[in-house]
Amino acid sequence: MTAHLPILQVLIPLMAAPLCVVFRHRDIAWIIVLLVSLISFVISTMILDQVLTQGVISYFMGDWPAPWGIEFRIDAVNAYILLIVSAIGAVVAFYGRHSVTREVPRDLIYLFYTAFLLCLTGLLGMTATGDAFNLFVFLEISSLSTYAMISLGKDRRALTASYQYLIMGTLGATFYVIGLGLLYMMTGTLNIVDLHAKLLDMDGSIRTLQAALAFLTVGLSLKLALFPLHLWLPNAYTYAPSSVTAFLAATATKVAVYVMLRVFFTIFGVDIFEETGLAPVLMTLAIAGMFVASTVAIFQNDMKRLLAYSSVAQIGYIMLGISFLNVTGVSAGIVHLLNHAVMKCAAFLAMGCFMYRVGSVQIEDLHGIGKKMPWTMAAFVVAGLSLIGVPLTVGFISKWYLIQAAMEADMMPIALLILLSSLLAVVYVWRFIEVAYFKEPANPSLKIKEAPLSMLIPLWVMAGASIYFGVDTDMTLGVAQLAAEMLVGGAP
Amino acid sequence: MQYNEIINPGLYNYWIVIFLMMIGFYIVIARGNLVKKLVGLNIFQTSVFVLYISMGKVVGGTAPIFGEGFEVFSNPLPHVLILTAIVVGVATTALGLSLVVRIREAYGTIEEEDIHAQEEDF
Repeated sequence: MTAHLPILQVLIPLMAAPLCVVFRHRDIAWIIVLLVSLISFVISTMILDQVLTQGVISYFMGDWPAPWGIEFRIDAVNAYILLIVSAIGAVVAFYGRHSVTREVPRDLIYLFYTAFLLCLTGLLGMTATGDAFNLFVFLEISSLSTYAMISLGKDRRALTASYQYLIMGTLGATFYVIGLGLLYMMTGTLNIVDLHAKLLDMDGSIRTLQAALAFLTVGLSLKLALFPLHLWLPNAYTYAPSSVTAFLAATATKVAVYVMLRVFFTIFGVDIFEETGLAPVLMTLAIAGMFVASTVAIFQNDMKRLLAYSSVAQIGYIMLGISFLNVTGVSAGIVHLLNHAVMKCAAFLAMGCFMYRVGSVQIEDLHGIGKKMPWTMAAFVVAGLSLIGVPLTVGFISKWYLIQAAMEADMMPIALLILLSSLLAVVYVWRFIEVAYFKEPANPSLKIKEAPLSMLIPLWVMAGASIYFGVDTDMTLGVAQLAAEMLVGGAP
Repeated sequence: MQYNEIINPGLYNYWIVIFLMMIGFYIVIARGNLVKKLVGLNIFQTSVFVLYISMGKVVGGTAPIFGEGFEVFSNPLPHVLILTAIVVGVATTALGLSLVVRIREAYGTIEEEDIHAQEEDF
């Protein structure tokens, strides 16, 4: 049984998805989703345990050995990503019951849950697989179900947001396939480890390789919303149902970052990657994203849109860490990947609570909300402080290591830029906190209660995690360093 | 036609790929009609199918079925990959078109400009 864990991780949500359609009932569908996401979470903890005690797991699909058959290959890097994705899946599934009932048309709820399970399948599959083309298929499974989930938002603009994402996402995925095709021309293999072995003897100055890397980078940058390819993200996050936004913000872009790490460091390896001179370009875009997106965030009146722009800026931090190409930088990137997933999930879950009680997340509708929904608002404050990078929150840990990496790479100005851009985060987070606590509500007669417990518990699990991992960094940082050493050290 | 009579096509296929790719990409960017955008997206994806199919072709090779008199075979793997990619493309187009239908129901138009104009009035 334990030998088949890697495939069960992906197969269980995949098989459960049609079950939701069979029953056509929203409560049964929710119970299925909850059970499946909990099972996925348990499986991912077991896989992680197996990886940490016994080393890399290699699972051959249908027992066809590696470069010929499809391989699921799980090492410390993707074991942790699996854990994050399935943990957030479970939290959002638990949270979703009330939130989804309020925000998704009633007769479509069971289909929403089907799409949710398929999205989970796709994301887990992308993370687990060791075959680059198989990865594309899982990418499309997760993307297609994401488009469907976004289009279920109540606002009609959800439809155009979903369409826009569909066009950009498909372009991104197709770019990935073109890049992969060029790599296949050079090597004749699609297995990630085998690709690396074949590319080791090649010279980074070969044109086809450079074109392949360029296509893969642009394609994945579209998927992970690297500035300036982030245009789909603000609308998609704003108009999607709140639980979808929380789930996507914490998982979809993060898995895309993971794939990018795999492409850069496992497939190409740090040497070829450095030779192509892509790192300075990424660094420039990352820093531009940090500033431009944070500045745009300051002027938003819709809180979900504000947080969406903040996501683009935070992805800038992750990419900045990666573009240093040293172990500290990459581990800062990975640790921020974990940390940002936790804090952004908490922030969007808080928005979901406001949406549930107030019916809007426009800042002017949320005047004085801190007195009416103190627990929700407190959780948001924790997440907000984390976005800024205040000590004792996860955000601080990420920024600390980013700055350390900048110093290690002898780039003091960049360390200063990281600090400066954090000030922008102070502005946009404070703007909402001030309104929520110190302004009188526009309509005081309106009775607004605290969010139901089934939404508060998941919210506080995430908010608590963003404090806990800010204090006890052994686990997150240990993993990130292990992963970074594996990636940058060149060991596949 | 005997297989050894086939002329080496050189880079002809790849020029077609680039040509189709750019046409598709241009349509996606430049056209405001949502259906036309999807058409462009399809042309773009098709160019990638042609890229994969061309790279699997071995000059003078036949389909990979053993038989007397055939010694050179084309590589079937890229062709199989593209079968998967075609299915993905069909799914994407179906989803895209159904979104266009819903957009038309909600806005009464499928022109990007008109949709933007309606949003601004809002």
